[in-house]
Amino acid sequence: MAADGWSWFPVLAAGVSLFKCLFISSYRSTDFEVHRNWLAITHSLPVSRWYHENSSEWTLDYPPLFAWFEFGLSHVARHFDGDMLLLHKQNYASPPTVLFQRLSVIVTDGVFILATRECCRCVQTQKASQKAVLSQPPFILAVLLLWNFGLFIVDHIHFQYNGFLFGFLLLSVAKHLQAQHLQGALLFAVLLNLKHIYLYVAPAYGVYLLRSYCFTESSTDGGIRWRSFSLLRLLALGSVVMAVCGLSFGPFIVMGQLPQVLSRLFPFKRGLCHAYWAPNAWALYNALDKVLATVGVRLKLLKEAELPQASMTGGLVQEFQHSVLPSVSPSVTLVCTLLSILPALASIWRRPRGARGFLRCLLLCALGSFMFGWHVHEKAILIAILPLSILAVESREDAGIFLLLSTTGHYSLFPLLFTPTELPIKVCLMLMFSLFSFCALRKLHSGDGSLLHPLEVAYLLGLGMVALFSEVLFPLSPWKQRLPFLPLLATSVYCSVGVSYSFLRLYATLLRSDSKPKQH
Amino acid sequence: MQTWSLISICVLLGVVVRWGVSLNSYSGAGKPPMFGDYEAQRHWQEVTYNLPIREWYFNSTNNDLAYWGLDYPPLTAYHSWLCAYIANIINPEWVKLHKSRGYESPEHKLFMRTTVLVADLLLFIPAVVLYCLYLTDGSSKKKVSVLLCILLYPGIILIDYGHFQYNGVSLGLALWGILGLGLGWDALGSIAFSLALNYKQMELYHALPFFCYLLGKCFKAGLMGHGFFLFVRIAAAVVVTFALCWLPFLSDPVQALQVVRRIFPVARGLFEDKVANTWCSLNVLIKIRTLMSSDAQLYLSLVFTLLAVLPSSIRVLTRPTFWHFKLALVNSSLGFFLFSYQVHEKSILLAALPVCLLLNDLPFMSVWFLLASTFSMLPLLLKDGLLVPYAVTSTGFLLLSIYLLSALDHCTEDELQLTTYRKLFFFPFKSDLGCIVRWKFYISVAAMVGLSITSVTLDPPSHLPDLFPVLVSTTAYLLFLGTIIHFNILQFSGPPSKKSQKKSN
Repeated sequence: MAADGWSWFPVLAAGVSLFKCLFISSYRSTDFEVHRNWLAITHSLPVSRWYHENSSEWTLDYPPLFAWFEFGLSHVARHFDGDMLLLHKQNYASPPTVLFQRLSVIVTDGVFILATRECCRCVQTQKASQKAVLSQPPFILAVLLLWNFGLFIVDHIHFQYNGFLFGFLLLSVAKHLQAQHLQGALLFAVLLNLKHIYLYVAPAYGVYLLRSYCFTESSTDGGIRWRSFSLLRLLALGSVVMAVCGLSFGPFIVMGQLPQVLSRLFPFKRGLCHAYWAPNAWALYNALDKVLATVGVRLKLLKEAELPQASMTGGLVQEFQHSVLPSVSPSVTLVCTLLSILPALASIWRRPRGARGFLRCLLLCALGSFMFGWHVHEKAILIAILPLSILAVESREDAGIFLLLSTTGHYSLFPLLFTPTELPIKVCLMLMFSLFSFCALRKLHSGDGSLLHPLEVAYLLGLGMVALFSEVLFPLSPWKQRLPFLPLLATSVYCSVGVSYSFLRLYATLLRSDSKPKQH
Repeated sequence: MQTWSLISICVLLGVVVRWGVSLNSYSGAGKPPMFGDYEAQRHWQEVTYNLPIREWYFNSTNNDLAYWGLDYPPLTAYHSWLCAYIANIINPEWVKLHKSRGYESPEHKLFMRTTVLVADLLLFIPAVVLYCLYLTDGSSKKKVSVLLCILLYPGIILIDYGHFQYNGVSLGLALWGILGLGLGWDALGSIAFSLALNYKQMELYHALPFFCYLLGKCFKAGLMGHGFFLFVRIAAAVVVTFALCWLPFLSDPVQALQVVRRIFPVARGLFEDKVANTWCSLNVLIKIRTLMSSDAQLYLSLVFTLLAVLPSSIRVLTRPTFWHFKLALVNSSLGFFLFSYQVHEKSILLAALPVCLLLNDLPFMSVWFLLASTFSMLPLLLKDGLLVPYAVTSTGFLLLSIYLLSALDHCTEDELQLTTYRKLFFFPFKSDLGCIVRWKFYISVAAMVGLSITSVTLDPPSHLPDLFPVLVSTTAYLLFLGTIIHFNILQFSGPPSKKSQKKSN
């Protein structure tokens, strides 16, 4: 590509950053106060108190590097409004505070922009040079990442720092695609110490690095060659990872606070599902339980008085009993998660397919833990959607999966923004993103047939009906008083069908490419 | 990607940006006793909903005209009534006579913002889409680029969705009028423009080009034959439209006269506040308002306005082409803005609309003017607490329009049609005028950025409290003056050479 072939990138990045600034005064969730409180904690307390402080209900529950990140931010925050750094100022949100916090998200998104650029460079562009910019894979990928609907509403309206964190993930993936494995490992280690939710995809990293980096050669049929094991590489890898973890957790180990930090990071006292069910297997399980209970009562097989009364969508995070089906414990979810990702890990162990095979495995790990994990947030679907964008611009099959998963996954984020003022924003942005991804990917993979099966199209049209029902019709209907959680229930159950299906279809692509060479 | 999907994405983006701006404050928020334009619009809803039509424009115990009395033409009043009707269904408190005065709540803000968006979606946005699709030359990519730039023009967005007004309605109707004329449906276009006039009297800034273009077209078709029928048809359309709009006020001449008196308040002086027009800028040097009687001021401004407006209108009369019509719209509205009596800073939007339509033909000059026009409203926007949306939308517009329309690549001397200046001003040396103009652009952008930053960050010296607003309006005035001279020269130097246009596409 010509040197000026990238002139669109700065414009796109600057445009999206400016666009984000428009929503500084929009609705923000309690996460805003969470991060303000963390600013106050890290700024006004010594390091030894960070993970002990509990005067606010929003205790620090991210790993130490993120705390240091907040510590760094707090030094800039001082110049906006010093009062936001005081611990007792709960729910403090003066205009300078809002401006600072919002701008901190927008500015740290620079990492994400950088990562997007790196990813776009890795995309294969053989035939692209003649085509218009609009239908070149790097451009489409850049738009899919930078204008990602989910990331936008979670970060810039709901308020979180996911753009910054995903920047590290995508940079690390890009480094692997460029075969710079040590840098990739370093970035991922940093990421893990910023937010531990990315442990979900750590197995993919572990297996891939061990298999494709520590073993320097493979036999001709792709099998493992034990002799090619390089101890030096393993040591390099190990020291990189240990150095980062030591830097982050070291001080707390020295102070003897490791158990306290870990208990903050992994609170298992929460329930199986979040207040709003993430669209995963457990949402289907819960729904099935409800249906069975209702049918049982109708058929007089069960007595209503004997059923546990806990309402699962009552809006409170708590443990609850299933009525008919056996209740699920954290260890069961762990086993299910491991079982669901095991075939993927085994597949890239037996026959590594380069960085793209690793990326596919990473996606399956993310989706597997999303499907079966304990207390999964709906926002976690972004861990699968964002990296899948890279595959979507490269292969037809993945483009179809991406369209399904991104549409259902993004729609399942709708309940995050429930204020009427934000309704036009989420609807227009969602339409914009979906329209672009459908049209651009169809154009990119133009050829025989459509990207989606007619049944899949019907499913997505059904999603439109669910949206119409729960956003427009339901609030006007008399059921609003009696069954306030019906739209949430409908949304998460309907979306979980789509997410499960995408998960299976993605698995099929991995296993199919696994079996292909054997036929030759 | 297909054109329709790109257009939909652009429209959606335009809507989201509008809604994003509307999350901010509005004029007079929480500032009793008078509040601002937001309260004015709400008050009109209250008055029109609760009083019979014959009392709308009259002072009475129920209708205190000193408190945001209705001073727009009947169509605005009907629109207010319609909004009030819906408001009354949602929450009667919003439009209760007397008791609702100064009503403010998040729900009410949401309702008011929604009415603006709905009006925009029905009138302004479709007109822009159709204009770009059917009346813009070039590839479909070019059309979409122009569409995006027009939809994201910050001035209209900031005033309608920030400050709070319904310019989308009047400008949208005017654009439907332009669209009608451009597509050859003269009668329909005249109807649309008559509606615009009946929505906001400031649309008179555009009236002369409309009149001259249509009249010129009738002349050209031969006043004895086909042209006569055309003339009669257009005249009938206009008269009937006006009659329908004014129907409730026509039964009694007192009524009609009172409406006219409310719409044209001659007693309010040559200018108010700080406007980037001639009189306000001249005021820095000469205090006209103390030197002349108010009648003399009125005549003075009338003479100058006519002098500024007539040449381009006469040109359209003799050459009724769409190109000359568009240029005349700019020249006429800008002439009115710069020289007429009692101008508001928001009236620059009337000149901005036709300039938007020239974005495709003259990208460099149009972008320059549109930026300056947004900048000229800075003091108003700062008063309303719209600094962040102003900065964001202006920067975004500058970036997008320069990139999408490659405005800076097409500014050689030929493409900007600067050769006339050489003849006019006898440039002795062979310097590259295109280069000089480009530097002027950079310097003026730097000045706008610098003045924006200083007006926000620095306090003016105590003996010059209006220093920054005056600097802003004077800077903007100089840019506007340059624009009107340039567009007048363009209008008299023949149509754009088709060759250079095709190359740029």
